[in-house]
Parts: sequence; structure tokens; C-alpha cells
Amino acid sequence: MSAADKVDPIHQFHLKELVHIEFGGLNLSFTNSSLFMLLTVVAAAAFLYFTTSSRALVPGRGQSVAEMSYEFVANMLRDGAGSHGMKFFPLVFSLFMFVLVANLFGMIPYFFTVTSHIIVTFALAILVIGIVVLYGFYKHGFHFLNLFVPSGVPGVLLPLVVAIEVISFLSRPISLSVRLFANMLAGHITLKVFAGFVFSLGSLGAIGVAGAILPLLMAVALTGLEFLVAFLQAYVFAVLTCMYLNDALHPGH
Amino acid sequence: MEDGEDGLDRRLNELGERLAERKTAADRAGDKARGADKSAYSQAIKVSSEFVAGIIAGALIGYLVDWLAGTTPWGMIIFLLLGFCAAVLNVMRALGMVATPQPKKRGDEKK
Repeated sequence: MSAADKVDPIHQFHLKELVHIEFGGLNLSFTNSSLFMLLTVVAAAAFLYFTTSSRALVPGRGQSVAEMSYEFVANMLRDGAGSHGMKFFPLVFSLFMFVLVANLFGMIPYFFTVTSHIIVTFALAILVIGIVVLYGFYKHGFHFLNLFVPSGVPGVLLPLVVAIEVISFLSRPISLSVRLFANMLAGHITLKVFAGFVFSLGSLGAIGVAGAILPLLMAVALTGLEFLVAFLQAYVFAVLTCMYLNDALHPGH
Repeated sequence: MEDGEDGLDRRLNELGERLAERKTAADRAGDKARGADKSAYSQAIKVSSEFVAGIIAGALIGYLVDWLAGTTPWGMIIFLLLGFCAAVLNVMRALGMVATPQPKKRGDEKK
């Protein structure tokens, strides 16, 4: 690997085709992104399966982590969408575990960060909003559209306000996906840039090595922050999912 | 030394009270931290993503309207401006400066 290759902070996000598949003129290749999505799902499923398979009354270490994650998401959903929301528990829990494990996988050196690609996070967000809209119409019919009509607005202003509310609703999947993607992308690039400083300063001789201590400390601190962000973003994604599901369940009747 | 039993009880009670005080303070602090996003950095990303999302959504709708109705460039201009309004609304909602309309409306209908 050349020196320029090592300091290139974008290099880690390149997609590589591992198995070339073409179907009906579409490129459906199995890429490193697909590989890590698969690994994420397998790791999350295997972790939950093996830690809960013993079903001890007094949980062991692994089982109590699995139970904690269940309780955490269940409480979040109950707070966010009420007890009716519990029918969406499988969805929210899967989303939370997928995003969390994908973010944490991204923290392992040489691993690919799935959630740093906007198309992945956008697909997840569209899934959430699609379910909100479909369930809202299925459950409430056209009453669901009341969501866009705030009360107490004078009639002249109503079309304007409704248009703004509709745009605000449609911007939700975009902001949901941009938030997760921007956090992961920015965090990984910052980490790489500071690590690159250490590398290039270190090659400047004795003074450089002394100077490289500062970015090294920064890189260590940023790694800690990134672990926090990885967890926080999974949490934020799940909380917002609960909030949007709440709109579908109770759109102001 | 003389008030052995009494003194011990009194001290035990005091300790219990102080512990209880500490615990509630810690709980309150924890609740506050849970309510808000942990760092200014994530707050910045939250607000900027809300703002950008509103404008992008408005632009997309405007583009679609123009494409369907052939009214270039008026749909884009109008919906971009509306998207800007929606973006400001999004940001103010994200910061809690404007209430989300749903809870208020539910209260109105219960009356």
C-alpha cells in the first residue's frame, strides 16, 4: 500500500464488487457493503439466539445483555407510541439492532461501515415512513390526513400551512437518513484524518514524532466519542421510528 | 460513647437521608441527560439534517410538479420557498421552540 493510499480518508468507503451478478441489465453484484450487511444480520441474530438459548432464571452475562436490549427498546416504544405500539416491536427492535451492530462493526479496523452510505440509511428510513403511511391509511382511512391540518388556523392560510406540513412530513425520511449517514461518515473521516496526521508527522523525524503525540491523543479521544455516537445514533434512529409510528397510531383522530 | 445505641441509630438515619438526597439528584441528572442529546456535535448534526431535509424535500416536490405539469420553473420556485419554510419549522420543532401540533390537537378534541 502506498503512502498516499494510507492517508486518503475517503478510501474506506469505496465499494468493491466481490461477486459480479447482473440481472436484467441491473448490476446486482455482491459487494463488500452487502457482505457486511449480511455479517451484521448474522452477528446480531447469532448473539441474541445463543445468549437466550439457555433461558436461565438467573441470567448470565450474555443473557442479561440480551434482556437489557429487549427492555430498553420495549420501554422506548411504550414511552414513544403507547402500549398499542408494541405490535411494532419486532420492526423497531430489528432496526435498532441492525443499526447498532452495523455502527459498532464500523469501529473495527478494516471493517466496512454499512451505515456510512446514504442509500442504506435512506432505504431504512423509507421502510419506516412507508409503514407509517400504509398503517395510518389502513387504520384510520382518510382521517390520517388530519395529521397535516393543524387546528386553529384561519381559512385563508390553510392551503399554505397544509403544504408546509406536507413538505415537513416528507422531509422526515430524508432527515432521518441524513442524520445517521452524516454522523457515521463525518466521524470516520475525522478519525482517519487525525490518524493520517500521526502518520505524516511521524515520518518527519524527531520533532515530527514529538508533534505527532497531539493528533494521536485526539485520535484516541475520537475513538471513544465514535463509540458513543455509534450507540447514540442507533438510539436516535429507534426513538424517531417510535415517534413516527405514534403519528400512524394516533393521528389526532 | 455514652449514647452508643441512640447515636448509632441517629447516624444511620442521617446517612440514609443523605444517600436518598444524592440518589434523587443523580436520577434527575440522568433524566436530563437522557432527554437531551449527549453532545453539541450530535445536536449540530440533528439541526442541520432537519434543515437540509426540508429544503431537499421541497426541491424534489417542485421538480416533480414541473416534470408532471410542465410549468418550469414555477413549481420549483414555489416549492423551494415552501420547503424553506418547512425546514425552518422542522428546526424550530427539533429545538422545542414550536410545539408539534398533534398533542395540542388531541387535547382540543377531548374538550
